[in-house]
Amino acid sequence: MSEVVKNEDKLVIGGKEFSSRFILGSGKYSLDLIKAAVEHAGAQMITLALRRANQGGMANILDYIPEGVTLLPNTSGARNAEEAVRIARLSREVGCGEFVKIEIMRDSKYLLPDNEETIKATEILAKEGFIVMPYMYPDLNVARDLKEAGAASIMPLAAPIGSNKGLCTKEFIQILIDEIDLPIIVDAGIGAPSQACEAMEMGAAAVMANTAIATAGDVPVMAEAMRLAIEAGRKAYLAGLGRVMEKGGSASSPLTGFLRD
Amino acid sequence: METEIKELKKENRTSHMEYMEGMEVLDSDVQERVIVAMNAYDYDKYTAKDVKAALAHTECTVEDFAALLSPAALPFIEEIAVRAQEETRKHFGNSIYMFTPLYIANYCENYCIYCGFNCHNKIKRARLDEEQIEKEMAAIAKTGLQEILILTGESRKMSDVKYIGEACKIARKYFKVIGLEVYPMNSDEYAYLHECGADYVTVFQETYDSDKYETLHLAGHKRVFPYRFGAQERAIRGGMRGVGFAALLGLSDFRKDAFATGYHAYLLQRKYPHAEIAFSCPRLRPIINNEKINPKDVHETQLLQVIMAYRIFMPFASITISTRECERVRNNVIKIAATKISAGVSVGIGEHIEDNDNVGDAQFEISDGRDVDEVYRAIEEQGLQPVMSDYIYV
Amino acid sequence: MEIVVNGETTECEEIITLEALVGKLGYQKNRIAAEVNGEIVTKSEYENFILKPADKLEIVSFVGGG
Repeated sequence: MSEVVKNEDKLVIGGKEFSSRFILGSGKYSLDLIKAAVEHAGAQMITLALRRANQGGMANILDYIPEGVTLLPNTSGARNAEEAVRIARLSREVGCGEFVKIEIMRDSKYLLPDNEETIKATEILAKEGFIVMPYMYPDLNVARDLKEAGAASIMPLAAPIGSNKGLCTKEFIQILIDEIDLPIIVDAGIGAPSQACEAMEMGAAAVMANTAIATAGDVPVMAEAMRLAIEAGRKAYLAGLGRVMEKGGSASSPLTGFLRD
Repeated sequence: METEIKELKKENRTSHMEYMEGMEVLDSDVQERVIVAMNAYDYDKYTAKDVKAALAHTECTVEDFAALLSPAALPFIEEIAVRAQEETRKHFGNSIYMFTPLYIANYCENYCIYCGFNCHNKIKRARLDEEQIEKEMAAIAKTGLQEILILTGESRKMSDVKYIGEACKIARKYFKVIGLEVYPMNSDEYAYLHECGADYVTVFQETYDSDKYETLHLAGHKRVFPYRFGAQERAIRGGMRGVGFAALLGLSDFRKDAFATGYHAYLLQRKYPHAEIAFSCPRLRPIINNEKINPKDVHETQLLQVIMAYRIFMPFASITISTRECERVRNNVIKIAATKISAGVSVGIGEHIEDNDNVGDAQFEISDGRDVDEVYRAIEEQGLQPVMSDYIYV
Repeated sequence: MEIVVNGETTECEEIITLEALVGKLGYQKNRIAAEVNGEIVTKSEYENFILKPADKLEIVSFVGGG
C-alpha cells in the first residue's frame, strides 16, 4: 500500500480536519431520525437552515445532533448576496461556529444557484472571518473568483437540487477538481450511493447529500450505504484508478523509429 | 587564458541569490514551491507501473509528469509518443506554426561559461541600428513569415529597453506576432515593451539548480538566480499575452531541470489562467572557441522524452523545436509533440541582408539551415499544415 | 406597548429588556439569534437592551436543511 492510503487521509476545510468525507443534510426528515442518520453516515458535518423561531420551548434540531458534529448553516432562502450575508451573520450569532454554506437562488423552479451573487457574498463573509463554503453551478471562472474571494471549499452541483439525478455536470466538476486548489465538494443532485462513489473516484474531496437519504425507505440504512460508497470511491481514487488500455496492434512505422544517438 | 578573469575564483563572485539594485522583487511563492518540489523529485523511485498509470490517466497530474520524465519511462517511449501525438492533434489539429529568430545585437555583460555571447569570449560584436533592423525585418517578411522572435545579448547598456521597444515597433509593421528573448526586466519595462508591440516573453532559466547555476553564470546581472526566475511572472503582470520557459538541457541534471521547468509553467498557468504557455527544449551546443561543449547524457531519446512529457503534462502549451537539432529530428518531433518550428535561421547578427558590413558572430552552432520554403514543404510532406499566424488583434 | 415579533404584533410591558422578552415568549436563548430593526443584537447585550414601541424583532433558530 502506498503512503497516502496507509496514512491518515484527512479532509481539511478552513484549517479544521475531518476524517469523514460525507456531509449530511438534515432537511426533509424527522428530528427523531437525525441522530441515527448522523451515526450511520459517520458524518462529522451536518447542514442546517435558519428560520423564524417557534415560540415556547418547541423541539430544536440542535438537541438532536450528536456532540462533536460540525454545524454547517446554509443561507437557503437568500435571493441575493445581501440576504445571504444577513442570514450568515444571524447563524453565527446563534453560536455554532464560523462555517457557512452559501446558497443563493433566484429561481424557484430548479433552485439553481446565482453564481455572481455567490461570489459577492463569499467575499464579504470571508473578510468577516467566516469559513465560507459556496454552493455553485460548476463554472471554472466562477470557481477561480470564489477562491480569490476567500472560499474555503467549492461546492458545485451535480444536478438540480433534490432531483436525485446524479452527476449531470460530471465533465465540469472534473475540471474544477483538476484546476482548483481547494476541496471540491459535490453538492446537490446525488441520488444514489453509486453516484456518490463515482464523484469520489473522480477526486472530489467530499460529497454532500440530503434528499437521497431523506426520501429513502429507511433513512439510517441509506445514510450508511452512502457512507460506504463515499469511502469506497475515496479509496479507489487514492489507489489510482485506471489501467493502460491496449491499443491493438503496434504501428507498422513507429513514431520513435527516427531516434539515433 | 590570456588575462586572469577574477570570477573564475569562487571567492571573487557575488551572491547569486541576492537581488541587484533596481531589480523588482515579486511577492510570490512560485520559486519556493518549484525548488522544493524539484529537490524532492527522486526520479529513480518511479517504476513501469507508474508510467503505465500516467498514460492511463486522462488528466496528467504532477506525479504523472514526474513519472513520464523518469528513467522508467524510457522503455515506453513509443507508447508515450502515441499518447503525445494524440494530445497534440487534439489541441492543435494539424497546425505547425513557423517563425524565425532575429538577433539584433550580441553585446553581453554576463559571463556564462557555456554561451558564445559571454563577455569574455572573443567574438565579433555588433548591434543593428533601426535602419538595419528594418531592412532585416523587411527581408524576413518577404519570405512569408508573420511571426518573429527578437533576440539580443544581455546588455542593458548596449541594448536598452528603449532600443528593444523601437525594434518591436518596427516589427509590428511587418509581423503579426512578436516574441522577445532578451534579458529579464521589471514588470513596468515589460508593460512598455508590450505597448510597443511585443506579445510573448521567453526566458531560459538554463538550470533550476541554483548551486549549479552559480558555477555557470559567474558575473553580470544574469548571475542573480531569483530575478531570472521571476521573469515570466513579471512579464505576465506587465500584460504580456504569453510566456515561454526552458531549461538548457545538459547543463545540470536534465530530469530535475525538465521537471522544474514544467512545474514552473504549471504553477504560473494556475495562478494566471489567461497567460499562454510555451516551452522551448534546447540542448547544449558547441560554441565559437569551445567545440567541446555538448549535451552530455541528453541524447535524442532523452530529449524526445522531455518534449513529450511537457506535451502530455500541458497539452495546450506551445512547444518549439530548436534549430540546435537536425532536420531529421525536427521533422519527426513536429509529428509527435512540437507545434512550432523556426526556419531561415541565422543566429548571428545582420545576416539576413547582403549589403551589410555590420555583422556579429553567432551564439551557437545551428544544425538545421533550411530556409522558409524548405521547412514549409517539409511540414506539408508530413501531412501537417504550416501556419504563419492565427492571431486576431482585438 | 406593541412590538412586532417575527411579523406578528405582540403586546408587552412598557419597559422590557430583550432578555426578559425572549424569556417571556419561551425561547431558549442559546438556540436563537435576534435582530431588532434589522440589526443583530449579540446575546451579551440582551440584558441591557431596552425595547421601544413598534420595534421590529426577528428571532431565528436552526431547522433541518440541506
